[in-house]
Amino acid sequence: MPKTIHAPLRREEIGTLRAGDSVLLSGTIYTGRDAAHKRLCALLEAGKPLPLDLRDQVIYYAGPCPAKPGDPIGSCGPTTSGRMDAYAPALCDLGLIGMIGKGQRSAAVVEAIRRNGGVYFAATGGAGALIAACVKSAKVIAFEDLGTEAVRELVVENLPLIVAIDAHGGNLYEEGPAAYRKSTL
Amino acid sequence: MREIDVKTVRETVFELFMSACCEIGRDVLELLRKGLETEKSPFGREVLSQLIENDRLAAARHMPICQDTGMAVVFMEIGQDVHFVGGDLNEAIEDGVRQAYREGCFRASVLSPLERVNTKDNTPAIVHMKIVPGDSVAITAAPKGFGSENMSRLWMLTPSQGIEGVKQAIVETVRLAGGNPCPPVVVGVGIGGTAEYAMMMAKHSLTRECGMPSEDPVLADLERELLESINALGIGPQGLGGTTTALAVHIEQMHTHIAGLPVAVNMQCHAARHKSAVI
Ligand code: SF4
Repeated sequence: MPKTIHAPLRREEIGTLRAGDSVLLSGTIYTGRDAAHKRLCALLEAGKPLPLDLRDQVIYYAGPCPAKPGDPIGSCGPTTSGRMDAYAPALCDLGLIGMIGKGQRSAAVVEAIRRNGGVYFAATGGAGALIAACVKSAKVIAFEDLGTEAVRELVVENLPLIVAIDAHGGNLYEEGPAAYRKSTL
Repeated sequence: MREIDVKTVRETVFELFMSACCEIGRDVLELLRKGLETEKSPFGREVLSQLIENDRLAAARHMPICQDTGMAVVFMEIGQDVHFVGGDLNEAIEDGVRQAYREGCFRASVLSPLERVNTKDNTPAIVHMKIVPGDSVAITAAPKGFGSENMSRLWMLTPSQGIEGVKQAIVETVRLAGGNPCPPVVVGVGIGGTAEYAMMMAKHSLTRECGMPSEDPVLADLERELLESINALGIGPQGLGGTTTALAVHIEQMHTHIAGLPVAVNMQCHAARHKSAVI
């Protein structure tokens, strides 16, 4: 049975999550991918305020399709998280507690997750239509000029995720394949 | 000589992209179902059933299978007896792409490489044309996402590395890609030719019906063997571990130079979208 969790996340709750747990996430999360991360970190470096408070929040690495008339959002699956690795530790240190994306993270991100008691969730890459059905509302809150790469506030309901990297050193991207590896050429 | 109005090309390109982005082929769906039956990992099965449900939902609601509706890759085989009339053929193709991405509410993902300025209509398309005998025009639309494209690799092997080197290069490409290209993947391979031609073959092999073996029995055997080695890597659906890392391996080959052995691997995610039509 998947655990039900709510965003913004509570640190005590995050502490109980382990790599390999299935969860259903409801609540408010924020999209951000390559260009938005670049801008957020440029603001940080310049000592300027960010357009959103990241404390206890969850960032979803995604750039959705435009919404069809009457829909809150278009297809909205995760993008490859590794491209955000250069920026993620700084944001985690600011209080960002959860990240959602697809694929392995760098050692520096794994360490930032451990240090800050955070969590990294895997969403199913390429399941854009399925995930869009979990999004109840979406609004652009920063960097509107970035189009699909703008920061959007999403209200989601029962978004199916798997805990990929936990705060205790668990990493499903390593343990999972190791369990099924048969031989190497 | 047969005259074809470029308007027909525009309409065909439009319809092919409208359908390719939203309706996964039966070939892929069949392989996903087969994967679900044989997959040993519970996470793997969970992911595969989500993908099957996603593809059903996308077709039913006519929305994109994946939000990365890709760069618009077009393969055209043009009969040498065809004369295009009514305008510029290249513009007609771009117009077809533009119209599909706008009307389909597909994502505009194309920008200038250095300044990163988005063109907002997903043009330009990547168009590959070939002149063939006859008086018809075959068009394949293959939107290509970059989660998988980024994991592609060109290996300029030396002849001494031989077939074993080729196998290693292909399996190693998939291993290094891990969960990034949204496995289960389809692995497109081009062996021989020149650097750019090897990659062209790798890309073109992905337009084949998914899982259909090569007509060349030697390549068909190699495809089977590689599929087994790749699925023994344990990467599994989404890289979370499992026995379904690849749905298929497609290989094309071409003669090459005495000094070389190019191997190109073009990674394709499970959203293996390609639709064709003949005018
Ligand atoms: S790799 Fe393919 S399935 Fe994954 S996000 Fe990109 S286009 Fe979609």
